[in-house]
Amino acid sequence: MPFGLLKYGFARSYPAKRLFPVRPPLKEGYDVVIIGGGGHGLAAAYHLAHDHGITDVAVLDKGYLGGGNTARNTTIVRANYLTPEGVSFYAESMKLWRDLSVRLGFNILYAQRGHLTLAHTDASVRTMRWRAEVNKHLDVDSELIWPEEIGRLVPSMDLSRTVRYPVLAALYHPPGAIARHDAVAWGYAARAADKGVELHPETEVTALLTTPDGSRVTGVETSRGPVRANRVLQAVAGSSSLIAGMAGLRLPIRSIPLQACVSQPLKPFLDPIIVSGSLHTYVSQSARGELVMGGATDPYPLYGTRSTLDFKEGLMGHMLELFPGLSEVRILRQWAGIADMTPDFSPIMGPTPVEGLYIDAGWGTWGFKATPICGVTMAHTLATGEAHPLIRSFALQRFRAFDQVGEKGAASVGH
Amino acid sequence: MKLMPCPLNGLRNIQEFVCGGEVAVMPDPATVSDEDWAEHVFLQDNPAGVVREWWCHAATSFWFIAERDTRTDEILRTYPAAELFPERRDFARP
Ligand SMILES: Cc1cc2nc3c(=O)[nH]c(=O)nc-3n(C[C@H](O)[C@H](O)[C@H](O)COP(=O)(O)OP(=O)(O)OC[C@H]3O[C@@H](n4cnc5c(N)ncnc54)[C@H](O)[C@@H]3O)c2cc1C
Repeated sequence: MPFGLLKYGFARSYPAKRLFPVRPPLKEGYDVVIIGGGGHGLAAAYHLAHDHGITDVAVLDKGYLGGGNTARNTTIVRANYLTPEGVSFYAESMKLWRDLSVRLGFNILYAQRGHLTLAHTDASVRTMRWRAEVNKHLDVDSELIWPEEIGRLVPSMDLSRTVRYPVLAALYHPPGAIARHDAVAWGYAARAADKGVELHPETEVTALLTTPDGSRVTGVETSRGPVRANRVLQAVAGSSSLIAGMAGLRLPIRSIPLQACVSQPLKPFLDPIIVSGSLHTYVSQSARGELVMGGATDPYPLYGTRSTLDFKEGLMGHMLELFPGLSEVRILRQWAGIADMTPDFSPIMGPTPVEGLYIDAGWGTWGFKATPICGVTMAHTLATGEAHPLIRSFALQRFRAFDQVGEKGAASVGH
Repeated sequence: MKLMPCPLNGLRNIQEFVCGGEVAVMPDPATVSDEDWAEHVFLQDNPAGVVREWWCHAATSFWFIAERDTRTDEILRTYPAAELFPERRDFARP
């Protein structure tokens, strides 16, 4: 649109355009109330309106939109999981990611970089091979590669055999990508609002309202008063147990901080995303040149987002083993988010024992990549009352039936 | 460095310890239903507030109980497990 741009250039004033409407007053009730205005809640709202024509929807967030783990994650998008259920689910999400900028009319800076999971022991080489075979079987591009090829992809990494944990092989997943996390939340929010969804930041849910016997949800109590709704979706990540607890439900979830940090910006030198499970370390270089780094979760549950020196020390020791050239590079920022960890490293999605209450939780350290497909599948589940086929194996009931979907081997460090 | 007051070893770096999860009353494995057992194994209170947990000092294999506030990261009290479990429990098969 060169003329539009020219006109804009010569304009006298530049009125700021609002991304979303000013927060409206809360109505007495809605068709659907969504608790949690992170990527998942906002994507579900968008797809309720877009796919199912359900537009009488309110998204409530206790803080600002996209200020939870959506704002704190390290934005790795991939589908090279271990179980057929997981791989199929995340592969569907990858398809949606590729043209999400176009769908949302919002540049999410999606950058396909390739993703390498390093193996430093024979046991992890075996797991990588296993993952590669499951992936290929389900049409996900994934293969085991050896140090020579790793060296071509990442010339800056130390591949000598004289270090404590030499790199033996890697699982190479070319579609692996990173994206602008905030833009994802803003894009879904803006398009949902266009279709009539109401966005209510700074509106904390303080209780779930149910019928007297507790069997059915009837609405929510908020810091701005009560709201009626027969369908309520909770998508609150680290606060999942607290919201479910308001309806008397206990979840197989522990809330544990996950920390991350970024370095000062450097010239581009690292194209792929690098993950090492054995060294509890992962790193990618952002479009701005910063190194985005993290590891495994903290050693114990907590609802506070403090940063620790322990995390930084442990991470840096291992990072320097892989990239000795970084020893003079400074850390710019460090932060944490509260991850909702499940025992099998898979999510909990679908209806709950309380009628009308739906859950999208257990996203732990790996839920950003699932944002688009969660929107589609949770909207379908709320609109039809039945779990979308892609999420049936992630039902809350699986724990009672000892039918877990074990993804620890593919998700504990490489988020 | 965060310190954990161990009832056996005194104040030690918290990195020497392993968190063993919430203290829960174990149902009798011989008579409990599969559903209730699954509930015992998997479901958590996961409170934002004071929680009572098992902790282990790895170097000395000493298990004890700690009460922590999960909002403030404060350790309020630690004590030997014998305070909660005065009697020895045997897990022999029926
Ligand atoms: C450091 C870090 C790194 C990560 N890296 C990756 C990665 O590389 N790749 C990946 O796929 N995933 C990653 N994740 C995981 C990912 O960030 C999350 O799984 C995902 O963002 C969850 O999105 P959400 O919308 O469900 O939750 P959130 O974005 O956390 O949104 C939940 C919202 O609920 C609101 N809320 C809570 N309680 C209430 C209440 N009572 N009333 C109203 N609102 C409430 C909160 O304010 C919050 O905005 C990472 C997480 C962290 C912390």
